[in-house]
Amino acid sequence: MKRLIEKLAPWLLFAAAIGAWEITVRVREIAPYILPAPSVIAATAISDWPLLWAALLVTLRTTFLALLMASFGGLALALLFARWRWVERSLFPFAVVLQVTPIIAIAPLLLVYLETDAAVLTCAFIVAFFPVLSNSVLGLRSVDRNLVELYELYGASRWQQLRLLRLPAALPYFLGGLRIGGGLALIGAIVAEIAAGSAGKGAGLAFRIIEAAYRLNVPRMFAALALISLTGIAIYVTFSLVSRLLLARWHESEI
Amino acid sequence: MGADMSPSLVTLRAVSKTFQTGTRALDNLNLDVRPGEFLTLLGPSGCGKSTALRIIAGLMAPMSGQVEWGCVKPELGFVFQDPTLMPWASVEDNIWLPLRLRGQSKAQARKRIDEALALVGLSRFGGAFPRELSGGMKMRVSIARALVTRPAILLLDEPFAALDEITRFRLNDDLLALQKELAATIVFVTHSVFESVYLSSRICVFTNRPGRVTQEIVVDAPTRDSDFRASALFGQTCQQASAALERAYGLEGAI
Ligand SMILES: Nc1ncnc2c1ncn2[C@@H]1O[C@H](COP(=O)(O)OP(=O)(O)O)[C@@H](O)[C@H]1O
Ligand SMILES: [Mg+2]
Repeated sequence: MKRLIEKLAPWLLFAAAIGAWEITVRVREIAPYILPAPSVIAATAISDWPLLWAALLVTLRTTFLALLMASFGGLALALLFARWRWVERSLFPFAVVLQVTPIIAIAPLLLVYLETDAAVLTCAFIVAFFPVLSNSVLGLRSVDRNLVELYELYGASRWQQLRLLRLPAALPYFLGGLRIGGGLALIGAIVAEIAAGSAGKGAGLAFRIIEAAYRLNVPRMFAALALISLTGIAIYVTFSLVSRLLLARWHESEI
Repeated sequence: MGADMSPSLVTLRAVSKTFQTGTRALDNLNLDVRPGEFLTLLGPSGCGKSTALRIIAGLMAPMSGQVEWGCVKPELGFVFQDPTLMPWASVEDNIWLPLRLRGQSKAQARKRIDEALALVGLSRFGGAFPRELSGGMKMRVSIARALVTRPAILLLDEPFAALDEITRFRLNDDLLALQKELAATIVFVTHSVFESVYLSSRICVFTNRPGRVTQEIVVDAPTRDSDFRASALFGQTCQQASAALERAYGLEGAI
């Protein structure tokens, strides 16, 4: 019984919060353009679905494309870093500069130089890239010294060492980077969309929020916001599941 | 001294090794390993036993001196202090590794893998992952992996130091049985006097700073079992080895 309550508690709390919100809005008769009730937001999400769905697809496309580029780019660069220290020493500062400069400050500049779509994609890529890179470098470096010697003892080639030893050893770290990078790619995409602020064929969720704000369509703002949150959660859950699937039998983090 | 006449399998001649840190791990070490013997390197920790073993294995080059193999360098197996298994690979795949690195498919290696598993009594655990095994079982897997190439010489670096006493005794007996069955030469590193006397046909006592052999003890007992452990010869030899070890520590009469 106690276990059941512990399991249900987070859900009950969530439901209670939504319920309180609904009741407050109704009892105090708050206008929807100030604070819409959850039921109104849900209704808006359904009625505006074609518009929101198209926008969601645009944002998702940017996010996953950026993440894909960040995964391959981050892993490839990490391999170079792990192989040659001097490559790391010369290139890592650039990666750090890109990482510590807030993306919202870089976005307008990118918009000057690039097409809107490309600029948004680049922003999302930049923020997703760093966690993948630094985690992969860490993973490739954390290989058991003795295992490396064992491979040398049996005359393993560099390629064998990479494929059979370094990549599997780095996998948990890489997946961790991907999990963080996934969330950040979404944030990067949203930020860049807001900075771009233009409509056109490729209007993402963030643009729909701004557009709705101009029109004081607060329920739609909330609906779009909810979609963004759900997307972020879905990305995180997906990568957690992938991670569990791949590591379940051997890595301490997934016991 | 008649045994000294047999040609040695490998000879270290005036081998010295100084690390970049300035630590002089080995100084003018002379050591020969004879075919079929169970040679133990006994000494305080930090006296260069591991370094000597790694130089024999070819994992490290001596700064000066020679490592001379009788005719050709024979097949060699190495067991580290930690099991040093790949956590992402099953027991079978871990044992397959040395053959895999030489281009054998798992099907080709199948027979050897099963043999090695049977030798260490783990036939039922081929599909298990290292995480699912006890410390003693992991060590057995590590030994099986070293045996899978049918080495003529097996090098073990304090393999049982981290195990409890009962497990250690069992693995000691298993190792002796293995040696008998495979007619392999074994070079074993330990800092335990009892273990060295129980296992070895010959003990080389190392001294600290600079690392070299100060005393050689031949243990002339045909059978190794609990009777041997209780025998006068065992007691005497242990005393002899302890005295040599204490001198090596520079703490004669102490401890
Ligand atoms: N890679 C290394 N770099 C620097 N010093 C080392 C290295 N390996 C071992 N040493 C030093 O060399 C000495 C001998 O080490 P080792 O052969 O591991 O001793 P043992 O195995 O007998 O405990 C120790 O003082 C150790 O600190
Ligand atoms: Mg050692």
